[in-house]
Amino acid sequence: MHLRIYYMMKAILDIPFTLPLAPAVTRYERKLLPNTKIKVSEQTVWMLAVRDDRDRNAFADLFDYFAPRLKGFIIKTGVSGAQAEEIVQDVMLTVWRKSAQFDPHRAQVSAWIYQIARNRQIDLIRKYNRPLPEELIESPGTESDAGQMLAMDQEAQHLKQALSKLNESQRHVIEKAYMGELTHQQISDQTGLPLGTIKSRIRLGLERLRAELKGLR
Amino acid sequence: MSVITHHIPDAMLTAYAVGNLPQPFAFVVASHVSLCQQCRASLEAHQAMGGVVLETTDVVAISNDLKFNTLSQLDAPFTPAPIYDRSGVFPGPVVKALKGQPPRWKTLGMGVRQHILTADNEGSLRLLYIPSGKAVPEHGHNGLELTLILQGSFHDEVGHFGVGDVEIGDVDLAHTPIADAGDPCICLAATDAPLRFKSLVPRLLQPLFRI
Repeated sequence: MHLRIYYMMKAILDIPFTLPLAPAVTRYERKLLPNTKIKVSEQTVWMLAVRDDRDRNAFADLFDYFAPRLKGFIIKTGVSGAQAEEIVQDVMLTVWRKSAQFDPHRAQVSAWIYQIARNRQIDLIRKYNRPLPEELIESPGTESDAGQMLAMDQEAQHLKQALSKLNESQRHVIEKAYMGELTHQQISDQTGLPLGTIKSRIRLGLERLRAELKGLR
Repeated sequence: MSVITHHIPDAMLTAYAVGNLPQPFAFVVASHVSLCQQCRASLEAHQAMGGVVLETTDVVAISNDLKFNTLSQLDAPFTPAPIYDRSGVFPGPVVKALKGQPPRWKTLGMGVRQHILTADNEGSLRLLYIPSGKAVPEHGHNGLELTLILQGSFHDEVGHFGVGDVEIGDVDLAHTPIADAGDPCICLAATDAPLRFKSLVPRLLQPLFRI
């Protein structure tokens, strides 16, 4: 049974997700459209406006999008509505305060907010702050790479589609795992989520920081 | 610069990402990820999946004043949590466990020393210092043991482990890690249950040393 779920997920999620970064246009068309901007998701645009310009309107947009999702997510983990709203507020304030740590070359906005939300929930359950890896922060002056940002958003989009194609019980297993409801042993037993494509995309994002990573080791 | 060859298994990275790993193991995973780009990419892939689950969750309407309350606090003063940077061979999460202080080694005999970082019902986390050529007494495990090498290297019945490598011991592994020539071997070791020593003397000392 568990093995079957694994292979079904593998079959569904392991499709090669490669899309051309730029639309297939001829050289002539490109010339006509010199200012065409690569479109990253609006969540990424809002988050970058918060990070780089401390834009409050963009933060309000992020809040409108994520707060009801965060509340739904947190309630599903068994927290009451009132307490869930306190956590939503903590998480969104952390998004504002720690926005410098958001790196769109390595994460879509929801991934970053997911981790903040899980950290907050775990810290509330335990008395001790959970140990986190050292932060890698882009040094000032590092060129941003719109193609990589877009590709990150697209990979997340593909994951979302793959999840939506699963049947109810398969999706339920994944949701339970990422809501922290399966133990390490249960995860080892059943969810071998193949995340190969997004993993290699994230590695490319990390490569940009290679100079600093070298300094770390 | 050694190349990391022994990594954190994916299920353990998943459990760490979702926050379901016992605290001592979480410290080892956070420390290894601080040193290992490959496992960092895997961890961030799980975070990406978590983000997708968050985005596709059914929305629940929030109360009217939540947005106003949140926006009105954007300028409120706050105290950021202390950030522990890497110090010498110790990655940030270890420095955090040490509360920014250097380790205070206690001798275990035969030149082997330890510093206990945490020990509670979730298991134990400690630093071990093994002079080159010396061994940690042969032991088995009641639960799971993770050992991350921070300096030097060791070998045992399983293989050779250098800086950044993680050895995973379970109930089936009885091993005697011996530190290689060169710098003394310093490792971060986590268990979710007491170790089982084979000879009588370390067994008698066990309650005393809490290992």
